Formats: sequence, C-alpha cells, structure tokens
Amino acid sequence: MTAVPEAPAATQTLVGIQGVSRRFGDVTALDDVTLDIRQGEFFALLGPSGCGKTTLLRILAGFETPDSGTVTLDGADLLARPAHRRPVNLMFQSYALFPHMTVARNVAYGLEREGLPRAEVRSRVAEVLGTVGLTTQAGRRPDQLSGGQRQRVALARAIVKRPRLLLLDEPLSALDKKVRAEMQLELKRLQHEVGITFVVVTHDQEEAMSLADRIAVLDSGRVQQVDAPVRLYERPSTPFVAGFIGANNLFEGTAAGGGLSVPGLGTLPAAGGLAAGTPALLGVRPESVRLGDTGDLRGVVADVSFYGGLSHIAVRVAGHDRPVLVAEQGPSRVHAGARVGLGWSAADAVLIAR
Amino acid sequence: MRRPGLLYVPFWATYVFLYTPIVVLVVMSFNAGDSPYTFEGASLKWYGELAGDATVRQGLVNTLIVAAGSTVLSTVLGTLLAVGMARYSRSRLLDAFGLLPAVLPDLVLAIALLVFYAAVQMTLGLHSVIMAHVVFGMAFVAAVVRTRLSHADTSLEEASRDLGATPLATFTRITLPTLAPGIVAGALLAFTLSIDEFVIAFFTAAPTEPTLPIVIYSMVRFGVTPEINALATILLAVSFTVVIVAQRMTRLTESFR
Repeated sequence: MTAVPEAPAATQTLVGIQGVSRRFGDVTALDDVTLDIRQGEFFALLGPSGCGKTTLLRILAGFETPDSGTVTLDGADLLARPAHRRPVNLMFQSYALFPHMTVARNVAYGLEREGLPRAEVRSRVAEVLGTVGLTTQAGRRPDQLSGGQRQRVALARAIVKRPRLLLLDEPLSALDKKVRAEMQLELKRLQHEVGITFVVVTHDQEEAMSLADRIAVLDSGRVQQVDAPVRLYERPSTPFVAGFIGANNLFEGTAAGGGLSVPGLGTLPAAGGLAAGTPALLGVRPESVRLGDTGDLRGVVADVSFYGGLSHIAVRVAGHDRPVLVAEQGPSRVHAGARVGLGWSAADAVLIAR
Repeated sequence: MRRPGLLYVPFWATYVFLYTPIVVLVVMSFNAGDSPYTFEGASLKWYGELAGDATVRQGLVNTLIVAAGSTVLSTVLGTLLAVGMARYSRSRLLDAFGLLPAVLPDLVLAIALLVFYAAVQMTLGLHSVIMAHVVFGMAFVAAVVRTRLSHADTSLEEASRDLGATPLATFTRITLPTLAPGIVAGALLAFTLSIDEFVIAFFTAAPTEPTLPIVIYSMVRFGVTPEINALATILLAVSFTVVIVAQRMTRLTESFR
C-alpha cells in the first residue's frame, strides 16, 4: 500500500477510465464510459437505479471486470491487479462489518493483512477510531452499535488502510434523516482531513450535490454530463440531466433567434448558441420564473404550496401539458384560480439540443 | 393475551404420545426381575450385567470410533462441498447430486457400497463403515452448511478481499467463522446419525467388528431382555446430552451474528 502524498495537486488525474463497457446478458450496464477522476477530489457518480454506477464502482474495487476499456490508477493499469492488491478501498452499502469481530479487530483487519508490526497496527487503529469518534466503542461488536456508529466503523476500516482511492457505495442511504445530515458533514470533514480521493455512488442528488466537488451523471450506462454541482444545476447539457437534477420547467420546440419556438406558445426567451431550426429543449428553474400581470406566457394558478421559507406555485398554461412551477420567497401573493403572466430573463433559461 | 386452555389438551396429549414408550423403557431398565414386560421391583442389576458384557463394550467402542471418525471427515468434506456448490458452481444438477446421499434409501446405499468395496477388493472393517457413514454424513453437513451459506452476506467476503486478504485468508478468517453455527449443527447431526445407524453398518462392517446397533440387533434376535432396556436408557441419556450441548453451542455461536 502506498502512502498518501502530503499535498495532492488539485488537477492531476488519479483514475483514468477509458471506453469501459460491461454487459450482463442483454443488459448493458456500462456503455463506453470515459471519465477522469482527479487527485484529492470528492467525486460523485449519480444516477437512477440501474444506471450502471454500482457496476463502475465494482470495477474500480476489483469485483467486476469490464468487457472492454481500460482503467488506470496513477497511470498504471488497475485492471491487472486483483481486488486484494489494489490501493483502493470500498465502503459497502451494507457496511459489511465482520460480525464475529470487535470494532477494533474489524478496523485492524486490513492492516494485519499487510503484515504490519503489531505496535503500528495498534497505534493506527487507535488513531483512526479517534478520528471517527469511536474510541470508547473499540471493544464492542457490530450488533451492539447504532446505524450511525456502524457506518463510522466501516469508514474507519476503509481509511485506516490509507488507500489512494476510497469508494463509497450509497454511504448515507441506510441512515435516518437526522444522522444522515450529521454524517454528510462528517464525510466532508474527513475527506478534507485525510486527503484521500473519494468516489461516492448515489441515487440521491441532494447527497451528491452537497458532498461532491464534481458529479458524473449516468443514465442507462452512459455518462450524461460531468460537472461541478452548481454548473450541473445551472447548465445541464443533456435532456436527461435537465429533467433529473432538481425541479425544472421543460419546453420542447425548435431553436429560434433569441429563444425557443414552441408550437402554440410562441417564442420563449433563452440564451444559447444553437443554430435556428435545431430541435431543442428549454429548461428554466422554478426560482427563475417571475410571476406578474404580463409575461411571455399566460396561465391560471392551479395550486399553491407553502414550505415556510418559500412557496411553490403551479400554473396551468394552455398548450403545455404540464403545469409550470414557480418558486417564490415567503408566502405566495397569488391564490388558486388567479390569472397570471409568467416570464424569465433569457440568461436564466438553458437551451439543450434534443 | 388470554391463553386458550382447551387447545393445550392436544398439545400435551402429543407429548404424552411421544414420551410414554420411552418412559416405560426407562422404568423397565430398573426392573429387578428377569422379564422385560412386568415390573418386579427396582434394581440396578441389569446395568451391572451390561457393564460386565464384553460384546456390548466392544460394540460401544467400535461405534464411538466410527461416529467420531466419520463426523470429522463428513464435517470437513461436507463444508468444502457446500462452499464449492454455493460459490463456484451454478449447476442445480450438481447441487442435487451433492445432497442426494442424504435422502437415498439406506438400503440402496448399503448395497451399492458393499458391491463397490467388493469390486475394488477392499477388506471390511471399521474403516469401511467410517467411509460408508461419510457418504451420507457429508451430504447432511453440506445441506445444513449450504442453507447457512445462502443466508450469508457475500459482501463480507468481498470486504475481506477489499481490505487486502488473500482468498485463503478470507476463507479461514471470514467464511469459516460466519459458517460456524451451521458447521457445528451439521457435525452433531452427522454424529447422531452415525451412532445409531444400522442398515449401512450391517452391510459394510466386518463380522468381527460389529458396531453397537449390530450388537443390539443380534441380542434382540433371542428376545428382548432388560439388559437391552438398560443399554437403550444409556443411549437415550447420551442423545439428550448431545442435543442439549448442541443447543447451547449453537446459541453461543449464534450470538456472533
């Protein structure tokens, strides 16, 4: 096992995934996936279940082999090494703690397999248990711990090996809401502290958005977009990402000068360099839509929901099959049945080729 | 919750049905008279007779050797068979063939083994009985361990590999300990099955080295004596002890889960 360098260069590629495909019978789990994961970053693989993200994770861990493509770690072929010889550790969704061992023995297991001297194993186990705040639980067995504590053990067991790459499979999915928020912060703090590159697999976009430096959105085995959370939200580059990430109002039409021409609705404002006549999708976030007496679209308020800090207003627009969602700060000024105008500035809307 | 009193009647009746013959047997083993059917006062006379009977002692020793030997072999082979079936084969046919000896009629197995031993010109003795008992004992162990394996979490083995353990270390440190309750249960099953197995032993034992069930059989041919009752009572005590120990041990190992 190699030690983690003190100050990882932020833009250096750690893992290079090139043209990786994997089929299970008729099902294509991964279809020509190409990704770069950088040294020291918190990277998320996000997608609905069955999108292939777990298969990719298992390929990195060494439990699965791609049908084609290459994976390198620090420039060296990773696929040639069996799972137990990779400087990569996985935190399992089920945690997979060894039930017949105490917390301390679970954490020591990986170090003992490396044949490290006992004294070093002891001190590193004590150190990492301190980091995750489980020093007092060292002598317990996994079934005597709470869900949150079990997860800390799983995390400690993986990071004590000081891997080059730490994989986390749906790390927060088994926790209840309160513990989840706590662990989310904790994961970020830890990643910063230990300086290990984290790759987290999740279907929960909020989890990915709040944790990751960069997110790769996967659908049906294909990479849809790789970007920082804010860019992914503001500038989705494929129809799938536009519909998958966050709430969005989507209109189908063809690109025209200054926006999107939608049959029956006219031309809606949007910025974007698509050639006129290109079939396209316009996406505008609920918080970017303005309610007023006039606007590019006119409709009737169908429903108002108040969420404390903000209100969601659904407006039915003739000629559009789904209500347009508008988010406003504070309680809504309009009521169901009111006739309203809707508008947004061209800069807030995205045009995506279909 | 109110207990339905009337429903207790069939419950207890079943226990009475199960245990009356056994209670009669135990009582009769302390009979002072010579008849196995009429009680003529309490005595330990027949236990004394039993202790002095060299044939019975020899049978008991033989049985213990066979049971111990076949249990050890069955447990090792059966566990490996179960792991192999679960992890390295997807063939349901191989699965079925691995477990078949457990349900095959004893008589079929006994005749097959005898024919086989004759064909390879093997001498009969305790070793041939041990091997015969391994054939079905292994299948029972494999069945029990297999069930446990199918409930086991494969991510534990993956986690072990992920943490740098070689396949061998993973097997000895993770797979075996998580299977321990199943292995113990399988071993005890193999042991109790071997101890009172008659048909297969009868076919595969040398006439000079009979196991206890064969000894009992030859004694009963001349009529049931109270000595047999005493012997049966001792066997009963042994079985009870084994069952209770087994329960305790599985509870102990279960707590690891």
